[in-house]
Amino acid sequence: MWGAFPVLKLGSHSIPQSYCSWLNITFTRLVGMLGSDWPGATLQEIKLEKEPLKKEKHPDLLPGEVVFCSANPILKYTQDDLSQRGVFGTLFCTNFRVTFISDEMSLEETARNFKNKLYREHDVTLTCVDHIYGVYDEKRKLITGGLVKNKYPSKMIIHCKDLQVFQFCLTYTKEEDAKKIFHGIAHHCLEEKSLKCLFAFSYEGTTSPDMQRKHDTIMFDSPEDWTKEMKRTKTKCRLVTENDNFDLSQKLPKYFVIPSVIEDLSCHQGKGLPIWCWSHHSGCALFKASFLPVAQEDGDFQKHLDTMINAVAHNYLYSVKTEDLTESLPTLQDIQQSYNKFKQFFLIDNATEFWLSDVKWFSSIESSGWLDIIRQCLQKAVEVVECLEKHNTNVLITEEEGTDLCCLISSLAQIMLDPYYRTLTGFQSLVQKEWVAGCHAFLDRCNHLNQKDKDCVWQLVQQQGPAFQFSETYLTVLSDSIHVPVFSTFLFNSAYHRESFMKVESPLAQSGPSVWDWSLQFDSKAQNFFLNPLYSEKVKQTVRKPHKPKHQRQLSLPSTAFKTPPKKGFFKDEADSLKKILRVKRISRWMGSPDSPVAATWEFYEAWQRRPLDYHSLLLPCLDGPAIHLWMQRYLRWIPEVHIMGGGSVAITTKLMELLAQVQDLKRVIDQKDSSQAAKLDTHTHLQPRPLSFGSSGHMSSFPFAYSRNRSFNPIIPTGLLQSIVLTDNLASQEDEVSQFVSLV
Amino acid sequence: MHAHTSASARTHDPGHTNRNCGKTWQLPVFVCRGSVRFGMEESGSVESLCSSTRSDRSSGTAAELRGKGRATEKVHMDPKKDELPLLPEERIQDSAKEVTYICPFIGPLRGSLTVTNYRLFFSCTEREPAFVLDLPLGVLSRVEKIGPATSRGDVSFGFVCKDMRNLRFVHKEPEDSLKKSVFEVLMKFAFPVSNNMSLFAFEYKQVFPENGWRVYDPLAEYKRQGLPNESWRISKVNDHYELCDTYPAAIVVPVTITDEELRRISSFRAKGRIPVLSWIHPESQAAVVRSSQPMVAQNGRRCKEDEKLLQAIMDANAQSHKLFIFDARPSVNAVANKMKGGGYESEDAYQNAELVFLEIHNIHVMRESLRKLKEVVYPNIEESHWLSNLESTHWLEHIKLILAGALRIADKVESGKTSVVVHCSDGWDRTAQLTSLALIMLDSHYRTIRGFQILLEKEWLSFGHRFQQRVGHGDKNHTDADRSPIFLQFIDCVWQMTRQFPAAFEYNENFLITILDHLYSCLFGTFLCNSEQQRLKEEVPKRTVSLWSFVNSQLEEFVNPLYVHYSSHVLFPTVGIRHLQLWVSYYIRWNPRMRPQEPVHQRYKELLAKRAELQKRVEELQREAANRTSSERAGSPTRSITPVQTFV
Repeated sequence: MWGAFPVLKLGSHSIPQSYCSWLNITFTRLVGMLGSDWPGATLQEIKLEKEPLKKEKHPDLLPGEVVFCSANPILKYTQDDLSQRGVFGTLFCTNFRVTFISDEMSLEETARNFKNKLYREHDVTLTCVDHIYGVYDEKRKLITGGLVKNKYPSKMIIHCKDLQVFQFCLTYTKEEDAKKIFHGIAHHCLEEKSLKCLFAFSYEGTTSPDMQRKHDTIMFDSPEDWTKEMKRTKTKCRLVTENDNFDLSQKLPKYFVIPSVIEDLSCHQGKGLPIWCWSHHSGCALFKASFLPVAQEDGDFQKHLDTMINAVAHNYLYSVKTEDLTESLPTLQDIQQSYNKFKQFFLIDNATEFWLSDVKWFSSIESSGWLDIIRQCLQKAVEVVECLEKHNTNVLITEEEGTDLCCLISSLAQIMLDPYYRTLTGFQSLVQKEWVAGCHAFLDRCNHLNQKDKDCVWQLVQQQGPAFQFSETYLTVLSDSIHVPVFSTFLFNSAYHRESFMKVESPLAQSGPSVWDWSLQFDSKAQNFFLNPLYSEKVKQTVRKPHKPKHQRQLSLPSTAFKTPPKKGFFKDEADSLKKILRVKRISRWMGSPDSPVAATWEFYEAWQRRPLDYHSLLLPCLDGPAIHLWMQRYLRWIPEVHIMGGGSVAITTKLMELLAQVQDLKRVIDQKDSSQAAKLDTHTHLQPRPLSFGSSGHMSSFPFAYSRNRSFNPIIPTGLLQSIVLTDNLASQEDEVSQFVSLV
Repeated sequence: MHAHTSASARTHDPGHTNRNCGKTWQLPVFVCRGSVRFGMEESGSVESLCSSTRSDRSSGTAAELRGKGRATEKVHMDPKKDELPLLPEERIQDSAKEVTYICPFIGPLRGSLTVTNYRLFFSCTEREPAFVLDLPLGVLSRVEKIGPATSRGDVSFGFVCKDMRNLRFVHKEPEDSLKKSVFEVLMKFAFPVSNNMSLFAFEYKQVFPENGWRVYDPLAEYKRQGLPNESWRISKVNDHYELCDTYPAAIVVPVTITDEELRRISSFRAKGRIPVLSWIHPESQAAVVRSSQPMVAQNGRRCKEDEKLLQAIMDANAQSHKLFIFDARPSVNAVANKMKGGGYESEDAYQNAELVFLEIHNIHVMRESLRKLKEVVYPNIEESHWLSNLESTHWLEHIKLILAGALRIADKVESGKTSVVVHCSDGWDRTAQLTSLALIMLDSHYRTIRGFQILLEKEWLSFGHRFQQRVGHGDKNHTDADRSPIFLQFIDCVWQMTRQFPAAFEYNENFLITILDHLYSCLFGTFLCNSEQQRLKEEVPKRTVSLWSFVNSQLEEFVNPLYVHYSSHVLFPTVGIRHLQLWVSYYIRWNPRMRPQEPVHQRYKELLAKRAELQKRVEELQREAANRTSSERAGSPTRSITPVQTFV
């Protein structure tokens, strides 16, 4: 039945008949609006236009958004209640999202100032839906594409990729409507769809004039961008433009940079080609490469390999270390599996479940292995950093495709090494460079890798706050944006994929807005939350100076740090010795002995730790167990039981922002005074603390996400304490006083 | 705090050059002198505000503290860093060269060991940077010779410390068998009580600008709470500790209960610890009352006066016709106590009272949990099983139960406007934890530095938490089953709350760690003895210095720059394990890898300084402007600048 469901494309203005009946008025109106001079209108105007419709409780549709189906009344359970209460309202399914409009006027609209313009707090974009469960006769069943039968459940539970859980009760609405909405949501969220059905290609929103931030971000889609980056890092590598039409390889970006000595680009469709990532100020550089096709004849294969490694070595001082990431890091399947397990711990349906799982929290988290994977990735990145920074060796990281773990490790290493990437624009540029232009298969990977990248970066951010210009909120929002099918940034598998797809599907349209155009999602006030108020800015330094005092740090390294001999055969100076090893294995591993890479890195870390901290040079994460934390904001923000009323890190952030604003105001006052007629200024008004929209005390720790859901100011008292601690020894039954003398007066 | 390392940044630290010149005031803390003081992110001082180099966060508070020349007594400090700084009345007892300290993080270090009547001081100068280990003998819990001497005559000594570390030294036995080894001397001074000597606190004679013994005045504190009032009176029945020798002299009881009745109740409550008021809600008049268990025994004994007292407590609060009795123990234990003469209030005897068990385990379970925790964190952390190992210690789970209990008490008082009675068995361990935590949640006064001192003085010291027994000051009997980290657990709970409400507490982490360090150091008299009566008998306030004298003489070291004073603001922390963290900068501070990397407070202080500077400039400009204006049009008042903390 659902296979034949008509796909809506707004361009054709086709509307499925079945939905027309009840949506008649709205729809014609909408279509009419769309037919008119729509593109000129801004989002604000849409809202104004739709004002009279408000009482009918329709969602504010985005330009290009169409409602598929809706049902009323639906009971939406409020998650934080054991009593399973909820609110009544209308549930909609559009070509962009699943949205619920409460019958009551919610406070939400007025209270929020970190509002996403594209979707509301209780919306789920279709691509963000992870799993749907139906409750049939008290039993929860996973709904799969095939399982959508005529029968509809009494309760529908939606688990989202951003770890929200929604529960809707369908029993209050008409059977017809309930069936329709359930089937509609299940179909649109779960069925395999072709890429072109994504909302991004129906979306007709115009990008706002405020493109400032986007323009700062280097997109790496032109030779100029690459030249600029090469100049910034002072690399001697060569920019390749021959792949402009993807003649060389469909897997490679249009433009990329390779070691200057490589001349022959033609063989193996660009496979095994070392792609330049970043150059250290000493001259050594980081490269990534995919595996060579194994089918090649042995001699040929070996020759090619040697050429490549030689080419990398030639870049600086003839030294190179290669690392096969598939061997030293968990496989993509492992990572996916681990994340699947990990996220289950955050998809919590009710308070009872929460307190039951609370007792086993640590071992649960550990059993998923997620934090351990995070640690391994950071560890590997630190190893790469060590080679570049301490040994000044070129590094070549490889894996099958060269676009997954390579992207991850190379971005992490660059964040640690290069302060530019710790700025907001720098970070965005890095994502563009390594992930988007680097042809990470966003579509196929379901973005789980990218998620990990964020998590790793977050570990750094939380450890080294002041070194980063962006905040954890920024990272959370970015990870959410992956699931918003409006932005083209994360839609494609490679540059070729993007180009060819756009050519076929919409030759005229541009490729959809970039995620970096934050004004599409947030107003400028909300965008303030992206910035870390503590970022210690360096006196204007956009380009890395060639001779920073950085070099001296090496002198301050204690001599023992240099004593780590190249014992594991990874510090290879001459190409000759290299070849010898290469004969044994396809590509040499660098940390040969499994016993001590951690120890070696620890030495490197310790030496770094001993130097004076400079947020504008190398940063290393602490990798010990207790230092790796859980990213609370992202993972726990939707669970009301862990919200701290008036507390959490938001309390610090708010205080800081207030203080910062005051400092800025004072500065302004002084500037004004200095400039002239100081006497006439009434400074008092300027000194008033700026009416900050985000007042301090009333916030939940989950701010700016998950606004208080009508929660009264009550503490959350754990239930089921009785079964919590099971002690096996007899200490529990002992008396407090050993020398007990109970007075039995 | 105790320098355990590697004195890192010394060579690169510009601050040191000026820090050591001139006359400075000698500091009674376990000095780390330029070496790393782990776990104190807030430890930076004014000197280091303007730069953000690594040395700032690592260089110890101690060094900077010396610069704050507010003390009356000034001692010249030898600029040579590795020399032992002696406190007033501190005397070197013995020293030995060529002692090897087996550092679990760096490896064996050879240096000299000095023992005074207060501390152990080891320094290794062969290494660059020099290594200094400096700790008060009070932290030693157990000293033992490990195995027989080796063929070369080396003897190995192991120290188990109360502050989450173990130390190991190797030393050659003196050839002259008559001469005592340095370790024998050390053992004598480490356990003065067992050797019939007095604790160093009784010799230490530092004078501070403020006298910390005056911090707590019970009558003033009760007055702050509006007591006595029409329902509650301050009774003098325990003036000479005759009613209850572990209670304070001043107790608050309902007006309707006579002293005679109190005497009768005291025979019904364990150790005579009758229900008395701890705190009263300023609006609802709901009270937090503490006591020990009733001596119900198997035959269900009752006490008319006790029932009347609880009824009077309920009646004192017009808002509610109920009374909650929180029994901190697991219900099983409470029942078991009946066999031994104790028990819990039956709902037959106490009408309108509801009994709730909070399921918090006893001191032995807690001691064992901490022992396991130490195994997990010291010296090395097993990476791959860190979280499950942590879970298996149950430490955070106990913290959660205690916090949850306090939360329920606070909720009943605040939201339910109901009075509560809290007790465990004796009412001096779990009860003290619960009432003081609930009070911190309910009353913002206890979130200030002085308020917290008052809280400790009141709920812990005056109400007879047995510090001497639980810590075992100067006592070599390390297996004593009366020892238990009850107070540490309480401070941990407070720390968890400061984490959750970073702007609600005036004190910082350094303050909490300093309290814990001096809980063991025996430098100050504050935590000596078991009760108010004992402290008076020993003349502790006369003969020793209070920890608060030290703290209040350099408050700036302990202030949380993010603090905003919310008056009448109740804190309800989140007690789920998901929000509890292991207090790394206390429990794992000896591990050099775990040095904290989040100097947020540092940056915040910089901002504060910046604002102050700008405000000053604005003020100047304003004054200038005002002068100009007033010369034109006389009489315009100079306006003041917006005070620092008007925005909440």
